[in-house]
Amino acid sequence: MTTTVTAAADGRTVPENSPGAARGPRRTGRIQRIGLPYLLLLPALLLELLVHLVPMVIGIVMSFKELTQFYIRDWGTAPWSGLDNYRVSVDFDAPVGNALLHSFLVTVGFTLLSVALCWLIGTAAAVFMQDTFRGRGLLRALFLVPYALPVYAAVITWVFMFQHDNGLVNHVLHDQLHLTDKPSFWLIGDNSFIALLTVSVWKGWPFAFLIVMAGLQNIPRELYEAAALDGAGLWQQIRRITLPSLRPVNQVLILVLFLWTFNDFNTPYVLFGKAAPQAADLISVHIYQASFVTWNFGTGSAMSVLLLLFLLVVTGGYLALTSRGRRAADV
Amino acid sequence: MRSIRAAAVGAVTMSLALAASACGGGSSTGGGSDDSPKTLTYWASNQGASIEVDKKVLQPELDKFEKQTGIKVKLEVVPWSDLLNRILTATTSGQGPDVLNIGNTWSASLQATGALLPWDAKNFDKIGGKDRFVDSALGSTGVQGKDPAAVPLYSMAYALYYNKKIFADAGISQPPATWDELVADGRKIQQKGKQVLGAEGSNVSENIHHVFVFGKQHGADFFTPDGKADFTNDGVVAAVKQYVDLMAKDKVIPAGNAEYAQNQSVSDFAKGKTAMLLWQSASANLKSQGMSEDQYGIAPVPVQSGTPGAGTQVDSMVAGINLAVFKNTHNLDGATKFVKFMTSDEEQKILNKAYSSIPPVSAAQSDPAFTAPANAVLKDTLAKSAAALPQVADESQFETTVGTAVKELFADAAAGRAVTTESVKAKLEKAQQQMPAK
Repeated sequence: MTTTVTAAADGRTVPENSPGAARGPRRTGRIQRIGLPYLLLLPALLLELLVHLVPMVIGIVMSFKELTQFYIRDWGTAPWSGLDNYRVSVDFDAPVGNALLHSFLVTVGFTLLSVALCWLIGTAAAVFMQDTFRGRGLLRALFLVPYALPVYAAVITWVFMFQHDNGLVNHVLHDQLHLTDKPSFWLIGDNSFIALLTVSVWKGWPFAFLIVMAGLQNIPRELYEAAALDGAGLWQQIRRITLPSLRPVNQVLILVLFLWTFNDFNTPYVLFGKAAPQAADLISVHIYQASFVTWNFGTGSAMSVLLLLFLLVVTGGYLALTSRGRRAADV
Repeated sequence: MRSIRAAAVGAVTMSLALAASACGGGSSTGGGSDDSPKTLTYWASNQGASIEVDKKVLQPELDKFEKQTGIKVKLEVVPWSDLLNRILTATTSGQGPDVLNIGNTWSASLQATGALLPWDAKNFDKIGGKDRFVDSALGSTGVQGKDPAAVPLYSMAYALYYNKKIFADAGISQPPATWDELVADGRKIQQKGKQVLGAEGSNVSENIHHVFVFGKQHGADFFTPDGKADFTNDGVVAAVKQYVDLMAKDKVIPAGNAEYAQNQSVSDFAKGKTAMLLWQSASANLKSQGMSEDQYGIAPVPVQSGTPGAGTQVDSMVAGINLAVFKNTHNLDGATKFVKFMTSDEEQKILNKAYSSIPPVSAAQSDPAFTAPANAVLKDTLAKSAAALPQVADESQFETTVGTAVKELFADAAAGRAVTTESVKAKLEKAQQQMPAK
């Protein structure tokens, strides 16, 4: 902690005591011009260090320690375990590693499906809401409700609806529509994946809707008018004008949705509690269980670091790919 | 410009300094002291129907303590879903309450962290001696042979709660004493269109409490005498299978209960949907849900044959709450006084009456309230046929891994998949492999 305070003090002294300050007004001006943005960024940078990087570094350090209940009272005494925690995590033949791999694959599948559905529904809704019609404002507000509700309240409502005996979902699917032979279990067993996906999409698509709707405002109407004159139908307009124009918006939207969904903890935790069913064992809850419930914070941290690395690689790769695409388009 | 810059830098420095000092207080390794002799912080577990009920029960007693000693106790009732995490966080940071409630099954795990004050002979003397407490309760205060990590506060035991009216309608004259009788009675109850037995299939801790007792009845233990996990021995497999078979084969636990984890089975029982419930000290809970005491009977949990007792006749775990002192307390003397107060004969009577639990203090048990039929069963069970859950440091992991295995088996049973000796063994094997290697 003290080091960051010193850093703040240093930060203050840098621009004023720098050698350039004494030499002629012109150079001072330039240094001020160059230095000012950095200075303005400094508070954010320091807070970023404090709020994000310091805990991350501590987490990484923890991952190299054997931090179990015997040592949590005084972390310093926890023995260094080298790469043991990582070895356990990625040994896919052993139960712990195998469970982690399974959880990882479930999470990837879940995330891809959820993001795709969120985007599809959000975009479709935004495109259809583009034209003015009576009640549009009301519908827009209504669509945003899932996004605005507190997560816990929203998900616990779903828990009630998914109940086997008295839940609304079984009442509709089984009692009313007779689609299933017998009431299904949604919160345990294999169906839990569907339940989780449903809640996640329900919760996530309004965000896609919101962003795409904002993106649509920036597409000049003349483009559509010109296309209509040339005889383009609705589908062609969407394909040739709307989607290409939304490209930059979509690139960010997909990335954000991916990261949020992949790391989502609240939804599975509220739906299933501490021990998620196998079919819906998302990695965030899995890691929580590995550290908090079994009191092995070292292994939990190692898993978190691996997750961080994976997300870094995916994000980096995604950004590199999309920015290359954009540069090519600019040329 | 310059003044704005200075102000900005000043603000940042200040916020950092504040943050730094906020992180700096207290060390996690220091021992207790008597720095603040006039106040105490007390984390109470949620024993009543709600947190508000707990506050109403406890506050008058805390006021009494303040009158006697001049020490003000700040009460916080912590819900069960948060309690263990809060304790772990307090342990890690060294910033915690002075006195706290712990589930007695956590005693050995928390003892291993070294965060709780050990109750050696000297400390016990300050609260009137170890022999004031009932043996069965003391058996769940930490690893055998070590100084207890906490002292018993409330004791509870499992009993069979049965709906008198449903039993009468089905022509059953007395509660089942063995599992075979329970299954046979179940057939009669089902003919009357009622559900037989409630269970919390997705509640990991409940699962553990039951399979532990079934394990005892099969003469099996989940841990070897030297504390190693032994989840796949034949007795344990048979025990787990027998419990899950109550749903899978005998069909006395309704399939829907496989997803229960929020005490829905208690509500079902209180509403008269289910005829029987295995629960610990449920009276207060049932009353708050509108079921009066004359509507249900209380009997010992069934055994394989014969009557409850020691060894394979065990029919309950020793359930209960322990009172612990956080080693980092700044009011060690006050904390000890508070423990003495809470475990005094008089307070024991008041508190255990309020929570329909049994006092772990022998002298307090003589109160007529605890010899009424309802409590007599619980008291008897605790004295004669209850066993403490394994007192090993890995108890918490055991609850999670085996409890989850049972939850998955219930999910299989509910989905109509076969639950076989092999499938039970496979799940338990997986659970065992997830235990920390030593």
